Amino acid sequence: MDNNVRIAMAQRVARDIPEGSYVNLGIGVPTLVANHLPRDKDYFLHSENGVLGRWQAAAAGEEDWDMINAGKEPIELAPGAAFFHHADSFGIMRGGHLDICVLGAFQVSATGDLANWHTGAPDAIPAVGGAMDLAIGAKRVFVLMEHLGKDGRSKLLPACTYPVTGLSCVSRVYTELATMDITPNGVKVIELIGDVTAEHLQEITSVPLDFSALVSAPVPRSGKSAETDTLAAVDR
Amino acid sequence: MIDKLSPSAQSALADIPDGATIAVGGFGGAGMPDDLINALIDQGARNLTLVSNNAGQGETGLAALLKAGRVRRILCSYPRMTGSHVFETLYRAGQIELEIVPQGNLAERLRAAGCGIGAFYTPTAFGTLLAEGKETRSINGRNYVLEYPISVDYALIKAQAGDRWGNLTFRKTARNFGPVMAMAAKNTIASIETLCELGDLDPESVVTPGIFVKHLVLRDKPANAAASLKQAV
Repeated sequence: MDNNVRIAMAQRVARDIPEGSYVNLGIGVPTLVANHLPRDKDYFLHSENGVLGRWQAAAAGEEDWDMINAGKEPIELAPGAAFFHHADSFGIMRGGHLDICVLGAFQVSATGDLANWHTGAPDAIPAVGGAMDLAIGAKRVFVLMEHLGKDGRSKLLPACTYPVTGLSCVSRVYTELATMDITPNGVKVIELIGDVTAEHLQEITSVPLDFSALVSAPVPRSGKSAETDTLAAVDR
Repeated sequence: MIDKLSPSAQSALADIPDGATIAVGGFGGAGMPDDLINALIDQGARNLTLVSNNAGQGETGLAALLKAGRVRRILCSYPRMTGSHVFETLYRAGQIELEIVPQGNLAERLRAAGCGIGAFYTPTAFGTLLAEGKETRSINGRNYVLEYPISVDYALIKAQAGDRWGNLTFRKTARNFGPVMAMAAKNTIASIETLCELGDLDPESVVTPGIFVKHLVLRDKPANAAASLKQAV
């Protein structure tokens, strides 16, 4: 994915995170969301390895390898952080205490099943980390992914073909083309990005899309549109 | 007088038998008790079952223990990382058994072992490959998977400061699995950087009370920040 597109997607997700949210940002592009949460407002980031608060990447030469995030990158804490052990950290996830988690995905099904840990390839060494705990634990699970896979196929599918991480757990999907809510009544497109048309989006997407919930005019690709009031949409 | 400080890592680990189940703290390099792992390699116990979040990186620490052929089976959440080639080679050659455990289950199963819990239901992994063959149950409309405790014979953990009764504090995110592994183990050996007099650790700030700790080993302090970085990587 082009870096500008990644940044625009991270900005887009950041706009849907209300001040005061307890948030876990997955490894990879979801981590970038932290860079776009306004500095003058309070957000609480949770990292599975036992820290809650706000932080940024450690400056070069200032790395402390006892102070890392879930991606095992050195970080530097802002005031107000807390440390805790692993069982408490996963209690934060599994106990439903997080408001939002943002994850990457290989595939998402029309009913909100998530596949993001294993391609199922017979020679692949499985590795799950905290993915299954996050998928079922947060009040809302946002997926941030490319609309199409490297093979050009829709990553939004009637059913996942890869082994799932969790069932019916995804609330919302952000791609470079659209923002979609997974609802009990199907996949509702709430926003089209740039010059994407409803016809084109439906043509390349493997599940039926409901456009009746489109809330605003198309969002420019720069991600600088007015705030969209979409958080009120269906919760799962 | 009770003094849990061992004269050396070697003496603290001397009684570990072949076939033991050993939990090793750490998340990546943070909290990894390298001094204790090196002593375990020297000690020579074989046919071990290892419980740790990752499966080692590079050629040192857990990777060196694996490479020495001491580990028969590993329970971990994330064995595949940059530089985990030692594990990958053994795994592909069928020389090590792997049980993949979701990270929250790893922590909670260790906690359960430490708390006398016989088993617990968790929503994690319901409907996935990792719940295949496990008992499930619907409770108040939500689906759960039955998970059993992971009891271990030994835990090797890295703490920051300790006193002779075994009370421990940790440093930043190096705490991770240390406290729950200490609870889950029959014998916990903690590597500490600073030995305190009784009373010097504020009881309010003790994270792991000494009842969970059998031996302390004082590790060499890193000579300077650069050495500390090198050690932790």
